Amino acid sequence: MLNPDSVGSTFAGTDSVTLSQSEIDAFCAVIGESNTTIAPPTFTIRITLTQFEEILTRPEIGLDWSRLVHGDQKFEIFSPVKAGDNLTCAATIESYRVAAGNEIVSVRSDLKREGELVISAWSTLVVRA
Amino acid sequence: MIEVGTVLDEKVFHLDRALLKAYADASGDQNPIHQNEEFALSVGLPNVIAHGMLTMALVGKYVSDFAGGSANVLEYSARFIKPVIVPAGEKVDLTVTATVAEAADGKISLTLSATSAGVKVLGMAKAVVIK
Repeated sequence: MLNPDSVGSTFAGTDSVTLSQSEIDAFCAVIGESNTTIAPPTFTIRITLTQFEEILTRPEIGLDWSRLVHGDQKFEIFSPVKAGDNLTCAATIESYRVAAGNEIVSVRSDLKREGELVISAWSTLVVRA
Repeated sequence: MIEVGTVLDEKVFHLDRALLKAYADASGDQNPIHQNEEFALSVGLPNVIAHGMLTMALVGKYVSDFAGGSANVLEYSARFIKPVIVPAGEKVDLTVTATVAEAADGKISLTLSATSAGVKVLGMAKAVVIK
């Protein structure tokens, strides 16, 4: 179970991430995108999901990642990202509820480049009963 | 000028197990439900399923194409309502269309439709682009 005291709190990701051209190329290849100078709109899930997993499974937060289902996802892109960008990620647990034994957690992640907010992403994660 | 209510051309993407493996590597999401049939069945799924975020990435390509590039996509959201089921040795469709919901101030809002094998897989799918 998620620790209810964590709701409303913001957790900083451990490391900043520098995007490489090769990882953007690989993502573009999957979706058939030929313009690789800018990361596709959903590319940063590669960063945020990894950071979430590390944050939300910390012992003091306690989410069970093994039974996780992705419920919905939203991106707001203030400035597109590209290779060479150095990004930090912070995750805020915005809401938490239990319905029919399922835990439903809404998390916002804010990606910043040199302190400037470039992408906010909202994920609803469901831990199945 | 694109009018509200305009329905955009349909595009069909094709998904197979190789694409799921490629997306797993590109995204870092190596959950075995997207690659291992035995594991998928063991957790009650009908077969291997595509990553919801792969579906969203492909529909995102549709949005970027309409917008004239990824740099013009401002907002994009979707709910994962049904999985895209990807049996071994098959190519399954992801069929995408969109309707112009709003057009003002140089921005266009799209309501997106995504189906696979006739089943709606994304709900509440929307995007806002500069155009």
